[in-house]
Amino acid sequence: MRSRGAWGVIRAAVAGVLTAPLAACGLPAALAPQTPQGEAVAGLIWGFTALCTLIWVLVLAGLAVALWRRRLAPADPLALDMPAERRMGTVVAVLIALTGLIVIALTVLSFAAQRELFGPARDALTIDIVGHQWWWQVVYNSTDPSQTISTANEIHIPVGRPVTLKLTSADVIHSFWVPSLMGKADLIPGRHNELTFTARKAGIYDGSCAEFCGLQHAHMGIRVVAETASDFAAWRQAQLQPAAAPATPSAQQGQAVFQGSACAFCHTVSGTSAGGQAGPDLTHLASRSTLAAGTLPFGRGQLAAWISDPQGIKTGAQMPDLHLAPEQLNALLDYLMGLK
Amino acid sequence: MSFSDIAGNRGERDHDLPEHELRERLTRTWATKAGIWGALTTVDHKVIGRRYIITAFVFLFLAGVLAIIMRAQLARPDNRLLTPELYNQLFTMHGTTMMFLFAVPVMEAFAVYLVPLMVGTRNIAFPRLNAFSYYVYLLGGIMIWVAFALNLAPDVGWFAYAPLTETTYSPSKGVDFWAQMITFTEVAALAVSAEIIVTVFKQRAPGMTLDRIPLFVWAQLVTAFMVIFAMPAVMVSSSMLIMDRLIGTHFFTPEQGGDALLWQHLFWFFGHPEVYIIFMPATGMVSEIVTTFSRRPAFGYMLLVLALLSIGFLSFGLWVHHMFVTGLPQLGASFFTASSMLIAVPNGIQIFCWIATLWGGKPEFKTPLLYIIGFVIVFVVGGLTGVMVASVPLDTQVHDSYFVVAHFHYVLIGGAVFPLLGATYYWFPKFSGRMLSERLGQWQFALTFIGFNLTFFPMHILGLAGMPRRIYTYPGASGWGGLNMLASIGALLLFAGFALLLWNIISSLRHGRPAPDNPWDAPTLEWATSSPPPPHNFDRIPVVESRYPLWAARDALPVVSGLAVDTRELVLSTVTEAHPDVLDTSPLDTIWPLLAAIATGIGFVASIFTPWAVLWGAALVGIFLIGWFWPKGTPEDEI
Repeated sequence: MRSRGAWGVIRAAVAGVLTAPLAACGLPAALAPQTPQGEAVAGLIWGFTALCTLIWVLVLAGLAVALWRRRLAPADPLALDMPAERRMGTVVAVLIALTGLIVIALTVLSFAAQRELFGPARDALTIDIVGHQWWWQVVYNSTDPSQTISTANEIHIPVGRPVTLKLTSADVIHSFWVPSLMGKADLIPGRHNELTFTARKAGIYDGSCAEFCGLQHAHMGIRVVAETASDFAAWRQAQLQPAAAPATPSAQQGQAVFQGSACAFCHTVSGTSAGGQAGPDLTHLASRSTLAAGTLPFGRGQLAAWISDPQGIKTGAQMPDLHLAPEQLNALLDYLMGLK
Repeated sequence: MSFSDIAGNRGERDHDLPEHELRERLTRTWATKAGIWGALTTVDHKVIGRRYIITAFVFLFLAGVLAIIMRAQLARPDNRLLTPELYNQLFTMHGTTMMFLFAVPVMEAFAVYLVPLMVGTRNIAFPRLNAFSYYVYLLGGIMIWVAFALNLAPDVGWFAYAPLTETTYSPSKGVDFWAQMITFTEVAALAVSAEIIVTVFKQRAPGMTLDRIPLFVWAQLVTAFMVIFAMPAVMVSSSMLIMDRLIGTHFFTPEQGGDALLWQHLFWFFGHPEVYIIFMPATGMVSEIVTTFSRRPAFGYMLLVLALLSIGFLSFGLWVHHMFVTGLPQLGASFFTASSMLIAVPNGIQIFCWIATLWGGKPEFKTPLLYIIGFVIVFVVGGLTGVMVASVPLDTQVHDSYFVVAHFHYVLIGGAVFPLLGATYYWFPKFSGRMLSERLGQWQFALTFIGFNLTFFPMHILGLAGMPRRIYTYPGASGWGGLNMLASIGALLLFAGFALLLWNIISSLRHGRPAPDNPWDAPTLEWATSSPPPPHNFDRIPVVESRYPLWAARDALPVVSGLAVDTRELVLSTVTEAHPDVLDTSPLDTIWPLLAAIATGIGFVASIFTPWAVLWGAALVGIFLIGWFWPKGTPEDEI
């Protein structure tokens, strides 16, 4: 090679690319899962990666030897050394057979994990999820309507019990993906898919929509809160309550603003006359930890910003600019912050 | 070999003409006329092929610029450089342009230029259809980019999943332009495929039996058949989509009894073979370059051909692996795991045969071979991550994440663009008569190889970390900022690599070393003629007695004589044995393909706005086709 420089740069860069990921601390979410189902997939990823890396190294070793082994230049390109050709033929035949065997082995491994992953679940908690542009409607259905919980963008689940999500969509295709719990499943209008997993450890697991669903696909976060059975029961109990009545005059004024403006056309606050279905249920808004499907953390300031300028924060979202006067906004915030 | 017995009385034959006079008179017969009229009427496959290649590279450059803008947006978390609207248009235009206006057409373009030369004939079959196909492709590309400039670009991704593409969710005309762009490019692709198949089956030089066909030509032949079987699926689906939008047919709207998944089945039934439609010609390029620079015959020629054929078949049985998370029954999905894994075997065969060829030869490290080395390093990664995504459970994590973005760029850039760059360095001397600079070539290789890996390797990890594809921004708390910055820096290097290629091409066209006929001592027929080839390709049609004719007959190739000098005449040969069969004429230059393409374009574009355009557009095209096929009383029609 005449151009030593170019090769030096290549070597340095290859080393850089290989070590950069190690520098980024911690394992990626899909490789540090908190469910047996996620672990089955993570095991598969590690196994495939190890085997594939080995194959890659061997192929490149073969290529390197093929390129740089010492040999004589044949005078005539068509004059082949037939015994050597036959030896190569044997080697290639063995390699093809090996490829076939590896492929069969990987397929069997994949099938085994598939059985484990999608096996039937007993005594599962069922949660209905409906995808919307760009938020998640979450319903804990019960045969008893008074035991049904409706919320949005944040799912609470008990640790140690299988959870089955029943997934569908009200508009376009979305995909539910929380990588530290499990792989994804699509929410398709007109169809119902299921995803079952069992959280091992209490914690907050964030995910997002994985299927491109329009303008704000990037802002369609989902949060899963796994908690102990008793914490979950307490949360459930709290969610079953109707909305807290406004406690202060300002909050009462806020409720009037809510019911008198466009808010109530789209949002439900149970126990009040606000019964809109187009947007998230706000009965227990202040118990949630994010706003606008994970776009903002929940807090009074963020809520004020979101109500004042939804189109600036999440362009294209269905939430309109309401042009509230400052005192109306303040009262509304008092009301909403009380919806614990 | 001589055609004296059957020549009849059609003009003067080439028996006794001295070489220089023969060349002069054939040039006069076959040349493209000077001036703008000549340029618009030409049917020379080399002129059309060159335009095809240049146009495809222009689209590569445009889509590359879009990629750089996207990487600028993603370099930092919560970046507000682009609006979500624009970002969504950018990734849609990037994918659409790369797949439909660059990758497929550029491979066809190389076929249009090279296949007639490599099989030893004077023009492609149906040369007027060839001109028509180029103009249709060009018009489709211009249409979608003009729409983009007018802020009417599609913003639904390059596979445009329904029902997001329905008017309820995408009221702007962008989706209609997208669907019609598909129709334009598919018409062009189908036309080229028919030409390639007929050229390979009927116009091979005498003696080029099936087992002497160059591997690049085999690859293009199999690809052409794949296009013919795959493209109708996407034409049907894009037509159904546009009908849904235009006349409310409800194919894909669940609430009216349609089915959202139907789109995915139809699209991927085309879309998976599509990947191989791009990759197969690239494997043909690899085979030619490896053979030439190893200085020996390809190891396992028969195995390589069988691998091409089996990939061609298998690629139609994999499409469901794009749909593993749509909730299909597990048993059905697992069949597609098995079939997707299976295709690793013929791909493995190809890799082993190429390495064996290098092993048994004496490699010469010229720039084209560097790209092939880069191809093996990168493509094997993409192939192996392909095995990973073939597994249903594994795919549930990586599907629609940046892992998949990394995977398909390793496959498409590693598997197709690297061989294409190698092929550009390899065949540029034949195209232009000038050598590209080796020194710049090696620097370009270094830049693209490093830039590529720096851009796309971190994406594997981002995907596993939970970054979905097609998001215009991500929060700082995600921790994805560092790797994204790395990817963006890599993208700049990659882009610089392509800029260097552009510079190399421009400077070499001006000052490059003049190329001899066969600068690489390559064995196939395109190197038997001058660089660039004369309008008639070969002064005398060669007779092929070996799979590697230029290595077998070092001094002079045996040739055919008895062809007409003053009319455009070709040798047609039998399909398997390539026995010379008939002498046939090749069409003259004409303006009709251009006019018919414009009429087609008017019909296609107008039907975006009114369904009636399908009716009067068809009539309009019909008028121009009547003009095209009107008997003109020229000798070519009187045979």
